[in-house]
Amino acid sequence: MRCVIVDYGSGNVRSVLRGLEHVATNHTVCLSDDPKTIAEADHLVLPGVGAFSHCAHSLKSRLGVSEALYQQVIERKKPFLGICVGMQLLASYGEEYDGCAGLDWIAGRVQPFDPKATQGLAIPRMGWGGLIPNQKHPLLADLSPSGMMYFVHSYVFRPENPDHILAHTEYGENYCALVGYENIVGTQFHPEKSQQMGLGLLNNFLHWMP
Amino acid sequence: MSMVRIIPCLDVKEGRVVKGVNFVGLRDAGDPVEQAKIYDQAGADELCFLDISATAEGKETMYDVISRTAENVFLPLTVGGGVATVEDYQRLLACGADKVSVNSAALRNPGLVAEAAQRFGAQCVVVAIDVKTVDGVWKVFTHGGRRETEWQALDWACEVARLGAGEILLTSMDRDGTGSGFDLELLAAMRAVVHIPIVASGGVGNLQHLVDGVQKGGANAVLAASIFHFGTHSIPEAKRYMAEAGISVRITL
Repeated sequence: MRCVIVDYGSGNVRSVLRGLEHVATNHTVCLSDDPKTIAEADHLVLPGVGAFSHCAHSLKSRLGVSEALYQQVIERKKPFLGICVGMQLLASYGEEYDGCAGLDWIAGRVQPFDPKATQGLAIPRMGWGGLIPNQKHPLLADLSPSGMMYFVHSYVFRPENPDHILAHTEYGENYCALVGYENIVGTQFHPEKSQQMGLGLLNNFLHWMP
Repeated sequence: MSMVRIIPCLDVKEGRVVKGVNFVGLRDAGDPVEQAKIYDQAGADELCFLDISATAEGKETMYDVISRTAENVFLPLTVGGGVATVEDYQRLLACGADKVSVNSAALRNPGLVAEAAQRFGAQCVVVAIDVKTVDGVWKVFTHGGRRETEWQALDWACEVARLGAGEILLTSMDRDGTGSGFDLELLAAMRAVVHIPIVASGGVGNLQHLVDGVQKGGANAVLAASIFHFGTHSIPEAKRYMAEAGISVRITL
């Protein structure tokens, strides 16, 4: 089996690679921005750190990458994991800086934290937080209910359809921490930086056959 | 809810830990990677490496240290010490650092903060601010507290937040190494003027100091070296103490 991490020039992809390699038993894990390699993947991961618009532009500027992802994930329904901004890119639109369209695979917008609700809290949210499941999902299987994940972000994904929120977290307000449907999931947190909890989720992802 | 982070800091010189925990059975107590693993298992919320190498070879070794740590430890890593350019950022991040802290270079060239935030995201730009009281005024110092700058601490904090820094690492040089606790007045004053997270550092001598830093100073995270390195207190002990004082911390098993 092959897991491909889409390497489109966004930040710290090596940590994602190391995390997946650490848990992989039947997979080879590689970084690539080659549409052909993406097409051959069994599992696909889209990481992302930094600003939404910057990530969206770099992804779209890689020739054939968004198209290959669309074919494999939307048409062929291969398991897909977006991490942090890679999760936010699933949205229709991101409002960071001048605003910019996302992949629009999950209807919704990426918006700043609610300033009223987060009054007195530091922004960006930087640190550990709980994960409260909205529904049962294979990616959360066997993870400790009291375990925590590492979050770093100033914007949150607000999906239009509440059924797309698989788990939420709390920081002044309740918001989407795990988004998805069918073969698609996205984590607002960084599983690759969340010790055993995060590695457990990555392991679940590699075993996921939606 | 906001979970307060406990961040042990390791001083690394020429690739070796200067003051480290000395546990029985540790293969190589001077190896930063071994130390990082111990803190990882002990439930540290993040790790911080401060490179205090004096030579170019020592600086070069740091990349290898970060790389090997990131292969073994799945925790956020902050690296600081001698970072001067966007290229330094790039290289440290590529090795596996999640955040890079700048100090003197940001004062020399504030544009570095803005450029790094734009290229890599605010979340990885930490500005370390070293503060010493001069004639009753909080002044910013560089070069480990040896060189005074024109900046007053609160003005500089607002400026780096405006430039796009994602976090401030605030060290009171008056308190550093004294074990008499954080400068709570300084912390609270800075908390009141910036909205980005503040990591308190310098002066921790006992566990109540950590609690005060959060409850009285408004720190989002506490960084400590000596109390953990010398085995005075362990991280689980610190977390239990803080939890009993009503602070939200991540308890690991």
